[in-house]
Amino acid sequence: MDLKYIDEYRNRELAVRYSEMIAAEVSKPWKIMEVCGGQTNCIVRYGLDRMLPSDITLIHGPGCPVCVTSVALIDRALAVAALPGVIFCSFGDMLRVPGSSSDLLSVKARGADVRMVYSPLDAVSLAAANPHRQIVFFAVGFETTAPVTAMAVRRAEAGGLSNFSMIVAHVRVPPVMKVILSSPNTRIDGFLAAGHVCAVTGFREYESFSGEYGVPVVVTGFEPLDILQGVLMTVRQLETGVSRVQNQYSRVVNRDSGAAWELLDSVYEIVDRNWRGLGVISGGGFDLRSRYRRFDASDRFQVPSVEVEENTGCRSGDVLKGIITPVECCKFSAVCTPENPLGAPMVSSEGACAAYYRYRRQ
Amino acid sequence: MCLGIPGEIVEIFRGDDPISSYAKVDFGGVVRDVSLAAVPDAEVGEYVVVHAGFALSRLNIEEATRVFSYLDEMQS
Amino acid sequence: MDSGAVCPRFISRYPLVTMAHGGGGKLMNQLLEEMIHSVFKSAEEPWRHDGALLESSSAKMAFTTDSYVITPLFFPGGDIGELSVYGTVNDLAMCGSIPRWISLAFILEEGLPMTDLQKVISSVARAAERCGVQVVTGDTKVVEKGKADGLYINTSGIGVMRSETPFIGPASVREGDAVIISGDVGRHGMAVMSVREGLSFSTAIESDMAPLNGPVDHLLTEGIPVHCMRDLTRGGLASSLNEIAAAAGLGIYVAEEDIPVRGEVKAACEVLGYDPLYVANEGCMVLFVPGAAAGDTIGMLRSFDQCRNAAIIGSVVKRGIAPVTVRTVLGTSRVLDMISGEQLPRIC
Repeated sequence: MDLKYIDEYRNRELAVRYSEMIAAEVSKPWKIMEVCGGQTNCIVRYGLDRMLPSDITLIHGPGCPVCVTSVALIDRALAVAALPGVIFCSFGDMLRVPGSSSDLLSVKARGADVRMVYSPLDAVSLAAANPHRQIVFFAVGFETTAPVTAMAVRRAEAGGLSNFSMIVAHVRVPPVMKVILSSPNTRIDGFLAAGHVCAVTGFREYESFSGEYGVPVVVTGFEPLDILQGVLMTVRQLETGVSRVQNQYSRVVNRDSGAAWELLDSVYEIVDRNWRGLGVISGGGFDLRSRYRRFDASDRFQVPSVEVEENTGCRSGDVLKGIITPVECCKFSAVCTPENPLGAPMVSSEGACAAYYRYRRQ
Repeated sequence: MCLGIPGEIVEIFRGDDPISSYAKVDFGGVVRDVSLAAVPDAEVGEYVVVHAGFALSRLNIEEATRVFSYLDEMQS
Repeated sequence: MDSGAVCPRFISRYPLVTMAHGGGGKLMNQLLEEMIHSVFKSAEEPWRHDGALLESSSAKMAFTTDSYVITPLFFPGGDIGELSVYGTVNDLAMCGSIPRWISLAFILEEGLPMTDLQKVISSVARAAERCGVQVVTGDTKVVEKGKADGLYINTSGIGVMRSETPFIGPASVREGDAVIISGDVGRHGMAVMSVREGLSFSTAIESDMAPLNGPVDHLLTEGIPVHCMRDLTRGGLASSLNEIAAAAGLGIYVAEEDIPVRGEVKAACEVLGYDPLYVANEGCMVLFVPGAAAGDTIGMLRSFDQCRNAAIIGSVVKRGIAPVTVRTVLGTSRVLDMISGEQLPRIC
């Protein structure tokens, strides 16, 4: 049975036609970066890079918000989860990501009440149903997820809940794209922008970015045909010396933001954020506005906060910036595996290293 | 960011304000409650793209075929 | 099997399991006699407290054990009672033995409603009858509230080996063997997921839980030279294929588009970010037979209701960079890895 608006974009015949068209257009080498774990996953899982001519190099950017959540925030989450009376809720992605010495699953094994939820709205329902417990949600994710956690705060406010709070770790995509383009070690010719991030923000702000750095930016979806079309559109721009923003994912994304952004903006403001493996990125995150500060678990629960230098030998920064591919890291597979990860990109199911290990092995 | 799946709205429950509006959305036989706060004009029968229990945007049905027509345009 | 008129009186006196029911005294004996022995006793084989005496003309036996800790106890498509029988019967069938006898051990949580226990026992009885096995001995313990999820079950089983069958296991797998699956994947795992707190969704998915000894018996009786069989459980198809490839020292190549998956299972997996190839099954097996026998095998399997979606999904090859590789729907190849821990729903 075909899933509507999903399976049509996994059609082999059309994928082959797209790859042939791309091969016909290409006349020189191009490096194209995608900045979304979902796109990385699709490329590696379906072997899309193997359907492209060798002149095209697909580079995986820091598109995994789970991978870039700072060690300090994870440690803070672990400390809060271990407090008596707390029900700590999290997306499944975060449960195994290590902080400086432990992870949420280990804290759960030691007796903490850690629960996995599909949506932050489920955590709010839990708070309403358990007035004598403190419910804390780990708010991780890009601009795609921030409206949902903003919604959770608004619902908690509307319900008069005093037992709901969040550890906010949201990150923003455009500032990190600028950091990557400004980095001396990388040469990126074009970007596939993250489709669901743009479903929330629109793509207006990429227009000045594209003009300033002279790179094509194509807003792209997550199925094989989306990515192949996004690559073709990028290549056509590169081959004709054009650099502008195009929207491949037009069935979902509009140029302007809408109600999702308004919801996000009502609750969050832009702040500087420490990205694991990359350092502090100016304007790289969101935090609660002062009128919602009472929902900040970092304020509500006084737990010590220590910035820790990671020292495992993990080259996640270089992988996230696209300087090396996971297989070019000497520790990949030999020492660093999903069972024994040295860093976040191997732990997170959307991390580039994990994707390569699962689907490629070399 | 990433996992957003299209589903069909089968029933809408509009609250006093958009914050409490939600819908039953059918993803190929799997039905879940989804917040409609970001798509207040969505109707029953429409498709929305859902992330973590939240409808991010409405699916534009005309644009949905662009992926296929683009190839034909390029090749002609 | 007769649950008897005795039972409802007992239940109305003791609506909940208490610590006293595990004490070894009169109350425990009453529970055993009225809830359990009354269901499984037969004229020929009285229930023995120490061990059952079993007779068979064959000297070769297969022996297996499994514990069942699933929660919730009752889920779409079945319950822990049936599962505890089918799981052990299937393990015995996978090595080619004919399942005959099982033991039944309960660990009951204080406060478990007695009617729940009765339902589980009835399910065990029904499943045993369907499989043609006898429940001949067992044990019952009660633990304090909070120390068990309602109840845990252990079943151990004995099967009688067929006299003429060659060894069925990974060591018999050969390059060129066809890889066959007996049904569609992922139903059990997603059925249980659909009623799990924090993740629940409405769906028609039911567990695929079913006995496989009937279909296996038919294949072996008809002379199909089965090299290896494995019933898929936790970790799904991907895990079983990886285990067998590693044990056989060979490679397995499967085509993704040939692996049967029901629409609702696929949809549920898309929503939660799961891969159906890693989701649990409880009534599905993978078989390795010589290529020439593949067609007949499929025909025979499909004559059974629980195997009507049987399909050839791949073949055994020389070992390559990884034990198991998959041809994607786009025609490219990728590794099908063994999962590290537990598959978790994701937002990324």
